Amino acid sequence: MIIEEKPINTPNPVIEVKGLWVSYDAQSVLEDINLTVNESDFIGLIGPNGGGKTTLLKALLGLLEPTRGTIRIMGKSVAEGRCHIGYVPQYIEFDRQFPIRVWEVVQMGLLGCRKPFTRLSAAEREVIDYALKQVEMADLSQRPIGELSGGQRQRVYIARALTSSPQILLLDEPTASVDPQVAGNIYDLLRRINQTVTIVMVSHDMNAVSSYVKSIGCLNRRLHYHGSKEVTQEMMDAIYECPIDLIAHGLPHRVLSPHDQNGAKNV
Amino acid sequence: MFEIFQYGFMRNALAAGVLVSFACGIIGTYVVINRIVFLSGGIAHAAYGGIGLGYFLGINPTIGAIVFSLGASLGMGMVHRKTGERSDTIIGVMWAIGMAIGIIFLDMSPGYKADLMSYLFGSILAVPRSDLIIMLVLNVIILVLVALYYKELQAISFDETFAFVVNVPVDRLYLMLVCLIGLTVVMTMRIVGLIMVIALLTMPPAIAGLFVKDMKRMMGLSILLSILFTFVGLLLSYYWNLTSGATIILVAGVSYFISFMVKNQLKTRKKKSEISAA
Repeated sequence: MIIEEKPINTPNPVIEVKGLWVSYDAQSVLEDINLTVNESDFIGLIGPNGGGKTTLLKALLGLLEPTRGTIRIMGKSVAEGRCHIGYVPQYIEFDRQFPIRVWEVVQMGLLGCRKPFTRLSAAEREVIDYALKQVEMADLSQRPIGELSGGQRQRVYIARALTSSPQILLLDEPTASVDPQVAGNIYDLLRRINQTVTIVMVSHDMNAVSSYVKSIGCLNRRLHYHGSKEVTQEMMDAIYECPIDLIAHGLPHRVLSPHDQNGAKNV
Repeated sequence: MFEIFQYGFMRNALAAGVLVSFACGIIGTYVVINRIVFLSGGIAHAAYGGIGLGYFLGINPTIGAIVFSLGASLGMGMVHRKTGERSDTIIGVMWAIGMAIGIIFLDMSPGYKADLMSYLFGSILAVPRSDLIIMLVLNVIILVLVALYYKELQAISFDETFAFVVNVPVDRLYLMLVCLIGLTVVMTMRIVGLIMVIALLTMPPAIAGLFVKDMKRMMGLSILLSILFTFVGLLLSYYWNLTSGATIILVAGVSYFISFMVKNQLKTRKKKSEISAA
């Protein structure tokens, strides 16, 4: 049943969220979120639009203050702990004229941990080159970012997140704006990265998510996560209004486990 | 045509043109890529309050303008960071209040204010030596800070959220940038006047941005263009007896539209050659 083979020693938590509530004005967006992400996890978070997926990522990154609850990253506060996180933001329409080269974009990942007003050391340059090689973008390192395709840009953003040698990679809809084939390439890349880096990914592309991640969580204000890849009936109820095509024909991967007619699930 | 260099005021004017072009080319690039042209215009106009204050206190109005424009930069910069969508309303209000303060101060100052118009419309021909020294100092400050924080400024301009997440001090750097805009605005005011400051601040980088996609080159090209516009404008205003600031701006403006046409030509030619190659 359980696909991933956990090492015998106890799991090593990298992110611990306890009793997290986030609200905008009086409207609560996240309610009582409890989540433990362990080392080498690859978690896909799905859920309807407005279900709080991006909000949860923002809270993890310290981009917004939780109303209640605690977040620890590598046992530290968010502001300190996020040094261990590589963040790949959601695709945004940006100024295609912006004068910045691929190499300079990737360099951004290094800025926080180093002193300002110093030249990059040879080692730092190597880190950037290596990150670009990892995502197979080394050839285009001198291109202006505006000249790249959506998929190429996504790879550059992943490289940027990798330069800080993160323990954890957080991705917000990494395949939102690319065609399915490119999306497949990106997921393959992520699976490779996951050999050394823990990944938490938000997506509403459930089909893709289910065939690449190790475990799935459902977020619709509340989080339904059991550390497994199974999407339970409870999860489905939670995201009932969610426009996800759950039972697709010819899908190579089974999302719903066999269940009897009255809807009860046998795990 | 070189007889004009015999005049001391002309040499001062050209020196001022070069100094301002450095600040304008570098800082103007940030203004254009960050899309804060309106905020820069606000700072320029609010600085008028400082000119009024200078007259009122009997000190060099340029010093007053520096103080006011730094205050306006910090105020508007914070408003821009904190209020988001509606920040343009507040910036517009501060823009007008700054000007109003200047006018009231001038009302209260005794005596004839002969060179008042020069702050509004510029007077590159009347730049005194003391202002040249101020410009030089401001230029050094701008160059040093931009050189030190080049990577960080590029990062916050391109992707502020990411910069924040990797613990780059985004707020402080942003306020530093608007203060640098404030200083540049004061310098540029001497050349083309506060009303036309944003034109000289934005047109050279806008033209440069059409042809180069590298920030350092964009800055370099902007500096060169800015020097070119100032010199050509100055010469034309000298021979045709026109207002120098306005002539400089028109030279820049005409070049701006011509470069758009050139860019379009290049684009269609490139497309055609691609089609014929295919």
